[in-house]
Amino acid sequence: MPTLGRACLILALAAALYGIAASLYGARTGRRDWVASGRRSVYALAGILTVAFAVLEAAFLRSDFSLDVVAGHSSTSTPLFYKAAAAWSSQEGSLLLWVWLLSLWSSLVLFLTRRRAREVAPYATAVLLGFGAFFSGLTVFFANPFALSNPVPPEGMGLNPLLRHPSMMIHPPMLYSGYTLFTVPFAFAIGALLARRLDAEWIALTRRFALAAWLFLGVGILLGARWSYVELGWGGYWGWDPVENASLMPWLTGTALLHSVMIQEKRGMLKVWNVSLVLATGTLAVLGTFLVRSGILNSIHAFGASTLGVPLLVLIGAMVAGSVWLVVSRRAALRSEHQLDSLLSREAIFLFNNLVLVGLCVVVFWGTFFPLISKAVTGDEASIGAPWFDDYMVPLTLVLVLLSGIGPVIAWRAASPRNLARSFAAPLGAALVVGVGLTLAGAAARPLALGMFCAAAFVAVAVGQEFWRGTRARRAVSGEPAPVALGALVRRNRRRYGGYLVHVGMAVLFVGVAASSAFQHARDVRLTPGRSARVGGYDVTYVRPTVGMVSEKLSLGAVLDVSRAGRHVATLRTSRGYYPSQGATGGGPIARFFGGESTTEVGLRAGMRRDVWSALQQIDFRSLEPFIREADRRFPAASPQLQGFLIASIAQHYEDHPPAATFRLIVSPLVTWIWLGALIVAGGALIALWPAPAVARARVRAIYARRLARVPGQA
Amino acid sequence: MRFDPLQFVLVLAVLAAAVALISGPLRAPRGEADDAGSHEAQADAAALEAAKEAKYREIREAELDFRTGKLSREDWEAVDRDLRSEALEILGRLDRLGADGDGAGGGGQPARSSRHTTS
Repeated sequence: MPTLGRACLILALAAALYGIAASLYGARTGRRDWVASGRRSVYALAGILTVAFAVLEAAFLRSDFSLDVVAGHSSTSTPLFYKAAAAWSSQEGSLLLWVWLLSLWSSLVLFLTRRRAREVAPYATAVLLGFGAFFSGLTVFFANPFALSNPVPPEGMGLNPLLRHPSMMIHPPMLYSGYTLFTVPFAFAIGALLARRLDAEWIALTRRFALAAWLFLGVGILLGARWSYVELGWGGYWGWDPVENASLMPWLTGTALLHSVMIQEKRGMLKVWNVSLVLATGTLAVLGTFLVRSGILNSIHAFGASTLGVPLLVLIGAMVAGSVWLVVSRRAALRSEHQLDSLLSREAIFLFNNLVLVGLCVVVFWGTFFPLISKAVTGDEASIGAPWFDDYMVPLTLVLVLLSGIGPVIAWRAASPRNLARSFAAPLGAALVVGVGLTLAGAAARPLALGMFCAAAFVAVAVGQEFWRGTRARRAVSGEPAPVALGALVRRNRRRYGGYLVHVGMAVLFVGVAASSAFQHARDVRLTPGRSARVGGYDVTYVRPTVGMVSEKLSLGAVLDVSRAGRHVATLRTSRGYYPSQGATGGGPIARFFGGESTTEVGLRAGMRRDVWSALQQIDFRSLEPFIREADRRFPAASPQLQGFLIASIAQHYEDHPPAATFRLIVSPLVTWIWLGALIVAGGALIALWPAPAVARARVRAIYARRLARVPGQA
Repeated sequence: MRFDPLQFVLVLAVLAAAVALISGPLRAPRGEADDAGSHEAQADAAALEAAKEAKYREIREAELDFRTGKLSREDWEAVDRDLRSEALEILGRLDRLGADGDGAGGGGQPARSSRHTTS
């Protein structure tokens, strides 16, 4: 159905262009029918793109190699699960996923806000449709997912082996959801600036979507980190890769935004800052898309060279220029209504937190683009590695974690030193105890990691104290049992207590990062069966080789025995996966099989205290090469069945006469805390995101309206 | 490429559905007058409703700060007094807007409801 798919893309572009015109006409003339028609264009865009995406998915599931994108990224032997995910492993398919998700989220947002922000919404609709038109246009003119193969190959190239991991099914949709949802606050900010409606309404309207974007992007980033840890075979979860950094930048400014909008909502302050953060976050989200798709920077996650760079750069330029012009021309309407009352206030802490987050973003931006800058200035493309990032990121993150503990225990507007002393006593005590304890245990050799542990203890106790005090206060009023009071407290203050949980989760996550970075033991060792190596106090013995053939994948691996002081700790199985390779050059089909791209299956013993991680890095194929050469010489055009037999024979030789293999062995403390912290963060964000029932909101409004009727000043 | 009648029909169906959806509001009879004054009053009311909600939340959070020991009673009473007078000012503006203009009270929250709950 390529004609249907292509026609849908053209219809999507037409619907988006019409919707922009209708929305702007409706906004200028005040005609609601045109505004509604423009809004419905977004729904139509979503419907049309849903059909287009369904056509593409069906082509992948049916292995329809008449589509170039299917032939290039799937094969008949690709498992069904990965066929479905292969649709977004290509530049063209992922672009369609991007604009499809944009249309779905835009439809949801505009439907939910259809009776609100009537002056702002038409402009926001036009901006969202502008993104829709731009990305639909890319799929029509630059990266058509329905381009036909000529000639139609009998078999596809197959999915990149590195992408054959369950998290790849969900990682890109999560990231793209984050990116596309961040365009919603951007669109409403542009709408508010154009309509000169810069009050609290547009902020209140889009805050929840910004939080959802933040959550999706964060989950996407963590899934990518997890994939890197268990799939890529280098043993790390974050490599300061340009594409990783591209997703981190809008997440950092989005985090700053979620805090600073509260100040605008409550005090009418920081309007310029907030609108700038919204615009910067939206632009950084598109910048991330540019980095992934332009091929401008080298990355394992990027799609390589393409023609999309220039149009995306034009879009980013237009977003930046338009944003600056709008903010400057509306600066009078963006004046703050109040001043900061005191540096001892939550507003001040949020402000510091914002400065640190933006500082982190600036560091990541500079580090990411430095290769391009250096090439432009000196002609040489210098790169920046992890140590450079660590020099700046670690101290700033330490300050950020500390601030996330101070914020919850300090009051809005102004806090008295006496109350502060009372609120800080327990968290400071906890930080001190942890600091002294870990110093005695020998952690002082890593002062930044020690500082992080102390800061995390401060956060955990500060937030725990908040939950305890809140529950106690509620019990004093309601007389409920503690668990009921705690539940009611969280339910009635979701944003506050959900946010506190996010802070704890981040502290747990950074404890994991600090411990696993500072106290990691890693070795690359070459072993033959029966030989051992020692890493981080553990003895790792190569017990025996393994061979496995599942679907189209051949696994050559090893069983490792891990022991400590003579006691068995774990048995690890690590392997390398080899796949039929159409693209690798040189040699016959068997040489291509073993010489093509291969994947690593990590042997991992994960625990709350430490992970023992192993990966088979390289097999010494020298003893197998004569067999491979001979097989290719005698059967240069072997049928798939014969190829399978020859590969199985070589695999049997590997098992009977195992050659030496190189393993990477890592013992890392507290890595599990990273994933645990991420789960706590996601749980807290969901609590903050979950809307209070309408009845509860009405009751709260009535209670406070009644309270206002009393004489002011009497509690 | 071979002509495929099924695909042609499906394309027409998608096109027809999109046109029907998008043109719906333009085909419907015009209802209330879309005058600029009404728009502005509704937008003002919606903005004030948002400010009122934020102020209520601020009052509640100040009370929670007091009850969890972050504010002394004196500080809380002072903050509470300020917040309530700010909230009353917003309610007053909402009331005036409700009295001045028809249709004010955007966001499905008639401004008059504020007057009833506070009196």
